[in-house]
Amino acid sequence: MPTPSDSKIKELEKKANNIREDLVKMLIESGSGHSAGPLGQADIFTVFYFHVLKHDPQNPMWPERDRLILDVGHCVPIRYVAMAHAGYFPKKELMTLRKIGSRIEGHPNYLRMPALETTSGPLGEGLSQACGFAMAARMDGTDLDYHIWCIGSDGEQQEGMTWEAAMFAAKYRLSNLTYIIDRNNIQIDGYTEDIMPLEPLREKYEAFGWHVMEMNGHDMREIISTLEESKSIQEKPVLIIANTTPGKGIEFIENRFGWHGVPPGAGPEDVVPKEEQAKRALEELRTLRGRIEAEHD
Amino acid sequence: MTNYNLAKNYLDEEKTEWKPMRDGAGIGIAELGGEKENVVVLAADTAGSSRAKYFAEKFPARFIQCGVQEQNMVGVSAGLAYQGKVPYAITYAAFLVGRPWEPIRTTIAYPQNHVIFVSSHAGLATGPDGPTHQMTEDISIMRCLPNFTVIAPCDYEQARKAVKAAYDLKGPVYIRNAREKTPVFTTEDSPYEAGKAQVLREGKDITAIGHGYMVYWLLKIAEELKDRISIEVINLHTIKPLDEQAIIESAKKTGRVFTCEDHNVVGGMGSAVAELLSQKYPVPMKLHGVYDIFAESGSVKDLWKKYKLDEEGTKEALLEFLNKSK
Repeated sequence: MPTPSDSKIKELEKKANNIREDLVKMLIESGSGHSAGPLGQADIFTVFYFHVLKHDPQNPMWPERDRLILDVGHCVPIRYVAMAHAGYFPKKELMTLRKIGSRIEGHPNYLRMPALETTSGPLGEGLSQACGFAMAARMDGTDLDYHIWCIGSDGEQQEGMTWEAAMFAAKYRLSNLTYIIDRNNIQIDGYTEDIMPLEPLREKYEAFGWHVMEMNGHDMREIISTLEESKSIQEKPVLIIANTTPGKGIEFIENRFGWHGVPPGAGPEDVVPKEEQAKRALEELRTLRGRIEAEHD
Repeated sequence: MTNYNLAKNYLDEEKTEWKPMRDGAGIGIAELGGEKENVVVLAADTAGSSRAKYFAEKFPARFIQCGVQEQNMVGVSAGLAYQGKVPYAITYAAFLVGRPWEPIRTTIAYPQNHVIFVSSHAGLATGPDGPTHQMTEDISIMRCLPNFTVIAPCDYEQARKAVKAAYDLKGPVYIRNAREKTPVFTTEDSPYEAGKAQVLREGKDITAIGHGYMVYWLLKIAEELKDRISIEVINLHTIKPLDEQAIIESAKKTGRVFTCEDHNVVGGMGSAVAELLSQKYPVPMKLHGVYDIFAESGSVKDLWKKYKLDEEGTKEALLEFLNKSK
């Protein structure tokens, strides 16, 4: 794939911030849901749905589509917004998040929206399922027709099942699989390295037989080149450690684990009072978008 | 009454062949593999003893050895099922459905993935390995999962048919098999339909419901006591969904229901029948089985005797119930 032009990068950056804005509005409306992880993954999801992913929103179950499997189910709000922007369903439906009867539930429900590929929520189960997808493609001889992507979190590296799958993927040389770990260093109870240290994460996966890459999860150009390069690796599954800032784009949320599982309007009050959180969050995003536009215009 | 084509002289224990259900299941899956190209078999380091090997030898490209990774085996099965494969995940009951229960709930039951879990080593019929391997809670934990079908075949031949019938069902299926050789009293010609209870012997005084090899004891007890009491014997091989009509009809006819199973009486097949009858047609009931304990190591025959799961112990429990419910 050719190197993306500057205007393409700028377009993706704008898109990511529109997506962040809709994400925050959606979370405020819902009054429940995770903030930090989804904001941190906004750039990666934007790149997937608007550049890298082989997909067709008008034909979501197209047999040759790339499979994007969300291991870390609680980050699904950002996927919903990216999908709505890509045309999978009307944007106004985003306001039904977590409400009774909605297709977009608190955690991904495959039965209500098959384009999500799987149902997930309990951590550490996605990589195993991604391995199953990859094995099926290989058995069918279609492993070169489409790629299996799995997005996981750093917290779920504490689950034993993740490491079972890591062994399995290496044994079966699932090079049609790329696993992306959102390395944002936080989990609900605190910083990962305090709760249950993960480092040296890169060396662990290398020792398990994986090809490991790293990227800045907020640099559009780097995200694109790393994802594309991961598809060309032979004989080994690929892990991409995506270094991200949880809550990216809203300063009072960034890097603070107290924001892991709550929406703006319900977060910690030590910096911004609850009633002001929603307003401030949207204001900050607008400022950020303004800054990006100014940088390029 | 349906002709079940039971084995000739099946009531004569000496003339009855004894074979393990796990063998029937393993052979049935291998036979199915020849007919259905999307069948995939997964094993967790017990391909030999759980009989996944029969399939693996014939179809190595569709066999996945997961090693000692039951949780991962569940997740991989889910991924395969999402892609249109029909995975059969096979290992010992305690590890197959006990160890990874939550991954089964989330990745298989809830999204209704058509994955078939086939166990061996269910019940005390596991023998000397002891309680860690004698799975006596599997029916309880699988039948409470929405969307699951739960099947406990009565013998080798029925296990062979059940694994094939499961292919045509929708959603997830759990099939429970014992390790030990047990009497083969059905035949290749015996009919089998998942979800349909089999009234193997009609009676009017009491309904006796079993699953697994204990159905054979019930048939022998009914024959032995036929001059004193008329026992209706039901093989309830499909525990979920329950064949409500067959159970209620029988309860209406006899007015008393005895259940027996090599499984904890808490949450097992007897509980399922009690849940039904207590709400729709209450009759006196006795639930015989493993009485909420962990047993111990021992030969299967010694375990059956001590824990009253053999023919003698079952007859004793049934007669005691009869006397009390007169």
